[in-house]
Amino acid sequence: MSDALLGAPATTPTQSYAGASPWALARRRLVRNKVAMAMVVVLAVIVVLCLAAPFYAEHIAHTDPFSSNLDGTTVVNGETVPVMQPEEEGLGLGVTPIGPTWDPAHYFLGADNQGRDVAARLLYGGRNSLLIGVSAALLTCLFGTLIGLAAGFFGGAVDAVLSRLLDVDWAFPVYLFAICLSTVLLTNSLKIGPYTLEAGSLVLPIVIIGIVYIPYVGRSVRGEVLSLRQREFMEAAVGLGASSWRLLWSELLPNVLTTVIVLLPLMVALAMLTEAALSFLSIGVQPPDASWGTIILDGQGLLYTRPAVALAPGIAIAVTVLALNVLGDGVRDALDPRAKHRTGG
Amino acid sequence: MSRVPRIVVVGALVALVAAATGYAGSAAPRERETSAATQAHRGGTLKLLAKSAGGTLDPQVNYTLQYWQLYQAAYDGLLAFTKAGGDAAFTVVPDIAEALPTPSNGGKTWVFKIRKGIKFSNGKEVTPADVVASFQRIFKVKSPTSGSFYAGIVGADACLKKPATCTLKGGVTANNAARTVTINLVAPDPEFKYKLAVPHASIVPASSPPSDAGTKPVPGTGAYYFASYNPNKQLVMKRNPYFKEWSKLAQPDGYVDQITQSFGLTTEAQITAIQNGQADWTLEQPPADRLSELGTKYADQVHVETLTAFWYVPMNTNLPPFNNLKARQAVNYAIDRNAAVKIFGGPRLATPSCQVLPPGFPGNKPYCPYTKNPGTKWSAPDMAKAKRLVKESGTAGQKVAVVTPDDEVNKAMGVYLQSVLNQLGYKATVKPISQNISFTYVQNTKNKVQINTQQWYQDYPAASDFLYVLFGCESFHPGSDSSINIAGFCDKKINAQMHKALELGTRDEDAANALWAKIDRQVTDKAPMATLFTPKHIDFVSKRVGNFTFSKQFYWLVAKSWVQ
Repeated sequence: MSDALLGAPATTPTQSYAGASPWALARRRLVRNKVAMAMVVVLAVIVVLCLAAPFYAEHIAHTDPFSSNLDGTTVVNGETVPVMQPEEEGLGLGVTPIGPTWDPAHYFLGADNQGRDVAARLLYGGRNSLLIGVSAALLTCLFGTLIGLAAGFFGGAVDAVLSRLLDVDWAFPVYLFAICLSTVLLTNSLKIGPYTLEAGSLVLPIVIIGIVYIPYVGRSVRGEVLSLRQREFMEAAVGLGASSWRLLWSELLPNVLTTVIVLLPLMVALAMLTEAALSFLSIGVQPPDASWGTIILDGQGLLYTRPAVALAPGIAIAVTVLALNVLGDGVRDALDPRAKHRTGG
Repeated sequence: MSRVPRIVVVGALVALVAAATGYAGSAAPRERETSAATQAHRGGTLKLLAKSAGGTLDPQVNYTLQYWQLYQAAYDGLLAFTKAGGDAAFTVVPDIAEALPTPSNGGKTWVFKIRKGIKFSNGKEVTPADVVASFQRIFKVKSPTSGSFYAGIVGADACLKKPATCTLKGGVTANNAARTVTINLVAPDPEFKYKLAVPHASIVPASSPPSDAGTKPVPGTGAYYFASYNPNKQLVMKRNPYFKEWSKLAQPDGYVDQITQSFGLTTEAQITAIQNGQADWTLEQPPADRLSELGTKYADQVHVETLTAFWYVPMNTNLPPFNNLKARQAVNYAIDRNAAVKIFGGPRLATPSCQVLPPGFPGNKPYCPYTKNPGTKWSAPDMAKAKRLVKESGTAGQKVAVVTPDDEVNKAMGVYLQSVLNQLGYKATVKPISQNISFTYVQNTKNKVQINTQQWYQDYPAASDFLYVLFGCESFHPGSDSSINIAGFCDKKINAQMHKALELGTRDEDAANALWAKIDRQVTDKAPMATLFTPKHIDFVSKRVGNFTFSKQFYWLVAKSWVQ
């Protein structure tokens, strides 16, 4: 194994690391990073809350967040009031959804333009946003690692072809492509061999986002492999007659894994932001389902009267992305402490 | 609503004409006062806003309310809708023609005497030859209504086949000496007078280009002319220097010296600009989240007017599940019209409805079978009955896609419909499609649209403009983008009655309207659509705009307002 993982910071007592594996050392460093741990807690709370969405909707808010409730009523301060409130002053124009009541049982964050509970939709939306974000990031990391490994290790024509492919992917206008694809899917399903892709399929945003960010990971891994290829342990392995497959699988992959692990939370954050943007453009999650992006879209028409509808998912995205970024930095510091010193962190 | 007896209308018209032209001798001092007031308000620039330009400026090609509204002050036809507020706007009066003729030859021949002294904005006087050339031009420029409104003119068949060489031989002829133009129809058409009063029948110089003039203004005879047009920036109208008012009812002189319409601002920004006095009016309807603010803080600058229009949900009668009458009726029973009204902006902006013809429209007799207590008025949805009908139809569980334009209100309406359809047991999805293509998309049967959201605003005040146009067999053209019978509804018995009503209209308008009322009920019972509501229209104007006059036919009459 490379010594990249073995370098311990000079400030740490050497005896405490005796016999510990590099992974255990990294875990210890991560656990000692209070800010990173706080972000783990934040992320855990978000995930648990989102997983609890059906429970909240059914047993606490007693609402169906996927059905319109334009003529419904709710209770505020013991008084029954309409969810969609017609203006009664002046010319009596317009109907405004109920605002935040701060009562978890009755429209905690208010209603959207269909009279649906924003809090319940926020939790359900989080499930979709997290699912898409994590799945797309895993896809990105998987293919980015494979392509980076192959390009860096084999070099020559393989590297040239794969690098150019990454260049094309890098330069691809993702939103334009997504809009075109969604237009096709809205009018007709897309048939790829035996598979039929429908407009509302979550596979679509996952695949689009997953593919688009492959160069982020692929280029980093390729650079890492080019550097590792010159190291002594690689020469030793070659000298011992290791096959290409063994060199890739046993020598290079474990060494680039740290880079990929550092990139994973950052990719999740990036994927979630892109998902929000795509959903805002009506691509991916389709009504009545929700994602944080679609809820922002729903709230766009209510910015003057009910800003909470757009703000709530906006804040949820911001907090989640911040937590993932800080956690990513923490993981980097834990796996490669020297990087912290290099960056002055 | 019962129609006003014709004699009362004629009497009121005579009085109005007398007042307008100052024939009543005793009215002289008041006329001087009016004239002084007119002079005091004369001048200034009326600044209008729109999100984007409305396309070609050619009055014989453009088919948008955006420019039809402006054409009222710039172009004239042989006849015109009265430039007045309320229902009076539905009355047709002579314009370029001296009088509204009574057709002869069994309703097939119309002879118009052309007024003397009317000049185009290029200084040339209108002649019978210009009138003939204008009718030929309708076909040469392939006006969107050439195949419908004017297809009944003798010779139109040949013009539709070969527009470039259109002569309308035997259809439209001029007698220069007598200053008359004769129009011969293939068959009597009780609605022909309306068709002559819309902008596509504008009289333009014979020298006008025989193709769509695009952004190049075509001279007209109105109080204003189009001075410049840049679709990316602005449209400017100025006073026609050759205009002399000949009929206050047909073409009144305007107050402002200049009218501009600027493009590019978002609706939100336009509303703010008007609030700040930087603009005078917006073409767009205010966004939902600004309505409350406008209705309370700017109530004296808001004008809310009932329209002769309806919002409806066409259901494809040739595709499952809506090729089943019970499935269509189920949707009608299930839709909560109050919910739809709320999406549109609340009870002050729309009235729930079940039928095709809007209230107060010729042939309208209130009728609503799809409500908890069937009768004349919608009261509440009947979900139990709706679910029973779906069960009986055997269509539960089928996939249904709701197609909507992608603007805020239509999309919200689509999501609401999806919710209703899911409650009925269908597997519904919403497909929001760009506003630019959605109208033609839903018309083409190749796109297999099952259900969608639509609006229809009258072209002219006749029941056929709703019932025959939207649900007549002749309006259904499979495979075409121009098949306005979106539901693909064709009931031979009902269609025969429509033809009978059209024919009856040439002889007895009241009897025809009674028959249209019957047809309205029959179409409603067959449920090729679910009517949602009758909408109202909001005009938000700046503080300085005075004398706001709303015509039910062409909406705000810009020339009748002043800014100082």
